[in-house]
Amino acid sequence: MAGAVALHVGGDHAARFEGKAATRETPLVKWTIIGLALTFFAIFLLLPLLAVFVEAFRKGWETYLTALTDPDALSAVRLTLLAALISVPLNLVFGVAAAWAIAKFEFRGKHFLITLIDLPFSVSPVIAGLVFVLIFGAQGWLGPWLFDNDIKIIFAVPGIVLATVFVTFPFVARELIPLMQAQGKEEEEAAVVLGANGWQTFWYVTLPNIKWGLLYGVILTNARAVGEFGAVSVVSGHIRGQTNTLPLHVEILYNEYMFSAAFAVASLLAMLALVTLVIKNWIEYQAARSYRTTYGTSQQESAS
Amino acid sequence: MQRKSLLVGLFAAGLLNFSLAQAQTTLLNVSYDPTRELYQEFNPAFTKYWKGKSGQEVVVKQSHGGSGKQARSVIDGVDADVVTLALAGDIDAIAEKARLLPADWQKRLPLASTPYTSTIVFLVRKGNPKGIKDWGDLVKPGVAVITPNPKTSGGAQWNYLAAWEFAKRTYGSEAKAKEFVANLYKNVPVLDSGARGSTITFVERGIGDVFLSWENEAFLAVKELGPDKFDIIVPSLSVLAQPPVAIVDKNVDKKGTRQVAQAYLEYLYSEAGQEIAARNYYRPTLDKVAKKYAKQFPAVTLFTVDEAFGGWSKAKEVHFKDGGVFDQIFTRR
Repeated sequence: MAGAVALHVGGDHAARFEGKAATRETPLVKWTIIGLALTFFAIFLLLPLLAVFVEAFRKGWETYLTALTDPDALSAVRLTLLAALISVPLNLVFGVAAAWAIAKFEFRGKHFLITLIDLPFSVSPVIAGLVFVLIFGAQGWLGPWLFDNDIKIIFAVPGIVLATVFVTFPFVARELIPLMQAQGKEEEEAAVVLGANGWQTFWYVTLPNIKWGLLYGVILTNARAVGEFGAVSVVSGHIRGQTNTLPLHVEILYNEYMFSAAFAVASLLAMLALVTLVIKNWIEYQAARSYRTTYGTSQQESAS
Repeated sequence: MQRKSLLVGLFAAGLLNFSLAQAQTTLLNVSYDPTRELYQEFNPAFTKYWKGKSGQEVVVKQSHGGSGKQARSVIDGVDADVVTLALAGDIDAIAEKARLLPADWQKRLPLASTPYTSTIVFLVRKGNPKGIKDWGDLVKPGVAVITPNPKTSGGAQWNYLAAWEFAKRTYGSEAKAKEFVANLYKNVPVLDSGARGSTITFVERGIGDVFLSWENEAFLAVKELGPDKFDIIVPSLSVLAQPPVAIVDKNVDKKGTRQVAQAYLEYLYSEAGQEIAARNYYRPTLDKVAKKYAKQFPAVTLFTVDEAFGGWSKAKEVHFKDGGVFDQIFTRR
């Protein structure tokens, strides 16, 4: 999605732009636009975030802590982490493999593969959930067989993991494809000429090049896996302490008039989002730095 | 990286183990929306009772949602041991579509498997600014009525049938009743999928002038959010709502939980169970408890779906199936 953004090397470029009279705006225009942007930012992003924390602590620390240590809440945390812990590594491996194939090789059906990878982005999560119900539900294609063999997929933990894997499918691959395409395959070709086998080429040449983009993709995958609501809601069955993830738990608490508790759990998700953003920024910084040290400043001028 | 993902895998397996180790005798009660507080109180009471009686440790898990939606997920494979839904029709659907329990399930427990009853009342804003007294006031222009979607919510079907029967008795014909109900739904700005969603819409988001509500849900909203904000209006006629309970045979036999599931439902009929129901504003069926709590429940003229509509399966067939009366009046708006 934001592949190029991760590698932007802005900064001094903007200063040059500001410094010249021809490209400079009058202060009035400048400050009106900045003011508008900041107001918008405050109302639509900052205020909701603040509201979550204000509501969470409305009834004090004690309610806050009780809400978070409630057995059902803890089990929701556990299930959410489990879903993320399974879906992130799976999508990491898959994403790298897919991006590698798409960026470095030409083959028939490549565009079809790219479309397939994008599918979870274009399909509504509710439909994604329903698809699993249709396949694995008791009335679905595999339902009777699963019932006879005592295997539970939907309305149980495997279903939630499946739904999470599905909706987080494209993040890593989508992050890596433009990056790997931009890098080209010369370095890999050089490695092969020098006698490296496939695995060595990947490990010593490709992976170091895509390291930061990969991490960025993992972070996005993780954020979505933890926060997913729609698809998981359909396959969950909403059994407390068993198939409830954090976002579903927030909904339940809210519906039970426990508004403070709902916001307490929501604040946990919000904090996770904040941590994600911090890590994301750090990665972007690292990526920009490694880009600069690799290609030097003269390259950077022409790149930006 | 390989080693790292191996570690992650191990960690995940550990977590999974942990959640499996917790499994003991568990019952899953799939219920409808407004029973959350009722079973929150009832389940620990039953756990204690069962421990004393059999020495067995039992954990009761809950799932809540619109009654029709919950029935649907049991049909799709939620392995409920017992279902405690808003109306017999939804349990009939489970028997019919998934054959998880016999068609005559309602004969297996006393009082047509209905341990507690309720009715439909109106919740209005404090002081009743729109002057709503009876069903007839709901179709007036400018009155916004909140009720859930009869396609997914059991409570909404009771609302619908109560309005229909009122109109039939007042205006004298089925055709007039249909017109009345159609006009009523023209005044509905939002159709939530379950009763609790509608309650939140009305009390929290402040939408609507009157909320057609389960009696217990109305009492609870007043208790939770302050008697200074809402009034309960009792209409001249309402429906005797009978939310039934049943064991899901195929699931309990597979899990070996029939005995405890049976005891769980029977405990709802016991004095202790009836007390808990009454405390959560459900009308108890046991005489002794009913007398004790008589003052809590307003006197209403109640009719049953059996006498007015010839039973639930008939009412569902005529009014709520695809292309039924509700679909006709709702698509015409």
